[in-house]
Order: sequence, then C-alpha cells, then structure tokens
Amino acid sequence: MTSLPAATEKSLGLVIDLDTCVGCQACVTSCKEWNTGGHMAPLTDTDPYGGTVDGVWFNRVHTYEHTCGGAGRTVHFPRSCLHCAEPACVTVCPTGASYKRASDGIVLVDEDKCIGCKLCSWACPYGAREFDAIVGVMKKCTLCVDRIYNENLREEDRVPACVAACPTGARHFGDLGDPTSPVSRLVEEREGVALMPELGYRPTNRYLPPRARTERAPSIAAAPLEDVAPDGGFLGWVDRVLSR
Amino acid sequence: MHPAYSVIFFTTATGAGYGLLAALGLIAGFGVAPADFWLGLVGLVLALGLISTGLLSSTGHLGRPERAWRAFSQWRSSWLSREGVAAVATFLPAVLLGLGWVVLGRTDGWVALSGIAVALCAALTVCCTAMIYASLKPIAQWHSPFTLPGYLVYAAASGTTLLAAVLAATGQPAPIANLAALVLTLLAGAWKIATWRHDDRLAMPATINSATGLAGGTVRSIEWPHTEENYLLKEMGYRVARKHRDRLRALVLFAAFALPTLLLLPGLAAEAGIIGAACAVLAALCQFLGLLVERWLFFAEAKHTVTLYYGRA
Repeated sequence: MTSLPAATEKSLGLVIDLDTCVGCQACVTSCKEWNTGGHMAPLTDTDPYGGTVDGVWFNRVHTYEHTCGGAGRTVHFPRSCLHCAEPACVTVCPTGASYKRASDGIVLVDEDKCIGCKLCSWACPYGAREFDAIVGVMKKCTLCVDRIYNENLREEDRVPACVAACPTGARHFGDLGDPTSPVSRLVEEREGVALMPELGYRPTNRYLPPRARTERAPSIAAAPLEDVAPDGGFLGWVDRVLSR
Repeated sequence: MHPAYSVIFFTTATGAGYGLLAALGLIAGFGVAPADFWLGLVGLVLALGLISTGLLSSTGHLGRPERAWRAFSQWRSSWLSREGVAAVATFLPAVLLGLGWVVLGRTDGWVALSGIAVALCAALTVCCTAMIYASLKPIAQWHSPFTLPGYLVYAAASGTTLLAAVLAATGQPAPIANLAALVLTLLAGAWKIATWRHDDRLAMPATINSATGLAGGTVRSIEWPHTEENYLLKEMGYRVARKHRDRLRALVLFAAFALPTLLLLPGLAAEAGIIGAACAVLAALCQFLGLLVERWLFFAEAKHTVTLYYGRA
C-alpha cells in the first residue's frame, strides 16, 4: 500500500555530523559493498572500468565550500535517503512497490512489484532514489534493514553499513521518534537540522551543522625554517661548493 | 527534467485523443449533429487510436513494462494510478458510444448518455495526467496552478481542431467546429504565454542552504560524488533544451497556435470547399507537431531540486 501509516512505532534514521565528516567515502563504498548483496541487491554498474562509468549507489558524498561571515570552510556532505515522515516517493507509486513501514518508519521498495516508471525519483527532492537500468527497477537506501535486525551479526554490528564504516564517528543510527534516545539527544544538543524543511516531507534524518569556528591561534608557533639560500656560514659554503 | 520521447508522445497524443473523444461525446450527448456514420467512424477510430497508441507508448519508458498492470492498484494515493484507472474506464462509455453511433446509427437515449459519460471520463483522465506533474513539489514549474488548466486547454484545443479536420475530411465542414477550435487554440496560446511568464519568475522551492543544512552565507559545490553523469543528472539535470529555449518557444507559438489559427480561418466560411478541408487537416497536423515541441519544453525546462546538490540550479 502506498498510503502512508498514520504513525510509526519508531522513526529509525541517521544523524550525520557535518563537523566531523572528512569525506573519506568509506560509508559510500561500505554501503555499496553490503547492499549489492543485500535486500535490494544487486546494485548494478554499467561500464564500471570504462570512460562512462555509471551505477546505483544509495549514499553519495558531496563536497561544498561554505563561505559565511568572511570565512570559508570545506564541508563534506553525505546524501542518502532521509526516510521521511511524509515521503511523496511512496504516495506517487502506482503499483504499491514503495511503502513506509509502520513498525520503524523505514521507506522500502518491493523490487518484485516495481514497474520502473521512475515517478518516485521525480517526487524525491533529495535525489535519494536511483534507477537500476539493468534490472529495470528503482532502488534506494534500506537503512540496512537486513543488518539492523540481523541476529546472525554480533549486536554491535547491527547498525547500517555506513555507520559501521565511518572512521570519524560522524554517522549515528537510532530512533529519532524517541526524544530520549541518544540520537535525539545529540540532535537537541547540537541543534541538528532537517534538509529542505520548506517542502514539507518531514525527513527523519538530521544533519549536525559544523561547530562554530574558534578565533584561537595555534598554541605552539612553528620554528622558522633555515634560509635556503644563505649568503654565509656553513650552509653558504655547502651551497657554493655544490653549485660549482 | 529528461524529456523521454515516449512520455512526450503519450501526453500529447492522449491529450488530443481525449479532446476529440470528449467533443464527439458532447455532440452525441447534446444532439448537436445527426449521427453521421463517417464522422462517428473516423472520429472515434482516430480518437481511440491516438489514446491507445499513447497509452502503449507510455509503457515504453518503464523498466519492467510487463508489470504495467500493477499500476491500476494504488488509485487511493497515486495520480499515475488514477490516470490508468480513468483511462481504462473511459473505454467503456466510448465503446458504447461507438456501438450506438457507428453500428446502430443513433445518438439518442443511452447513446447520448454514453456521450456525456465519455466527455466526463476524458476530462477526468486529462486531469489525472496533469496532476501527476502538478503534484510534484520538487519541480516548481510543474507544481504550479498553471499545469492542470494547461493540460485541459491544450487537450481541448487539439481535440476540437481534430474534430474540425475530421468534419471537413468527411465532407461535412462545420464553421461552428472551426470557430470552437480557433477560440480554444487562441486561449491555449495565451495560456502558454502566461505560463512561461509565470515560470520565468519562479525560484527553486528550496535553496542550497536549506538543502545542505548549512545556514547563512554561500554554499558552493566544489566536488561531486562521482566523475561521470549519473542517473540523477541524466534524469533530473537535463539542460540541453535551455540553450535553444527562445527559439523553441517561438516554434511552439508558431506551430501549435499561430499557424493553426490562420489555417482554421478559411473553414469559418460556409462554402470553404476543398481548400477549407485541406487547411483544417493541415491545422490539426501542425498543431499536433507544435504541441509535441511544447511538451518537450515542458519537460526540458523543468528544474528539479536535486540539481541544487550539484551546483547546477
């Protein structure tokens, strides 16, 4: 059913810290590795070793330069499905392939019902859905639904692959519908934001903006380097001898 | 947005087909004209032919066309599904109308009722098609009050122009049909101009700041996540038509509205003869081609919010 549940028991999602993300792409490759064998498998590629490489990815990291108040900073920005509370990608689906789970709020695609009309990807303002031209169906982030409940994995591994892979701890997973959950408290503490709130999709995922810049100078000044073209002294003599 | 040829042909052909079907339905429903065999046969075959080829063509852009039947199931939430249901439902009164008009040679009683039902169903289907686009919030040019009336008036104009052409071609030129086609064509042209004026002042419904959650200042894309064009850029980041926008718009105004208006003029005279008939047929052909270009621009000029992430907006 593409009609949305009135409420979900949980609102599972991600909290992404733009302050600590270093743009290493580990979450991107880890996502691809897990999911090309997971719930939405395969994540096909076309011409993977050629000049027109293309393929399906659920997670993409952009890099921006944010200039504000006369100072600029580089911000790495991972972009994936936000598992919205009002996902128009689900309601536009003509076949019932797209659905939002009432139990945990995860937005999924039933690949066996998808006709590949691509309308859901048009309805998503965030570019979260990518069409698999080889299989002929739409694919999207599953929030690693096949990891987070997977009893074959150790308990600490039952998080999305992107979260498990992040070396800087910039990605957090949890129930954003529960105000007392660690992720909700993190969002409150760091004033996390929803993306494009003006469109009314009510995304679940939150982004933590970079922390304010400090005006503090480095505490230890670096010693000046040796002069490279000295006129006298030992180095000057070495320079003259070697220059002959 | 990427202009898929199958969808461009689909919306244009079904628009004209439903327009013609509705016009024929109204003629039968209100007893405007006698149940002429050739008008009924040629008109209904043309209308249903345009609709059927359009609907078939729409499956051309599907990844899994063999599952298209599933698209009838989600009419509670999806305009695309509603369109499918309405399109199929329209065939029922259309077949009844054809049976009464062409086979039994009558347009009274239940045939007239079928005619009115056909006109209503046709209008409803065109509304559903328009709402598929008008309901998409990420695309400001589509999520606009101009989209739904636009689809209706282009369908009405191309349908009545086709009706005038069919009437003239079957040897019963009707100045009143020409007049209706002419008025609707002028109205459609004016609506298109107003739509473009509206669209040209439109801003994206979001900003790069709200898209990235980076408040204040400027946000500039300095590196993409991938080196080549991906699905998002191919589908949502289409830019080719914008380069030739002004020329294509002029072509639309000329081929879809101005030239058909001129070609419909001779038919306003009661005794237009063969020249009037030829002009009416040319008007319909020319308008159809013009509307194909119009529809191409409708897609190609539409900007999706995902382009914000790529610094292309």
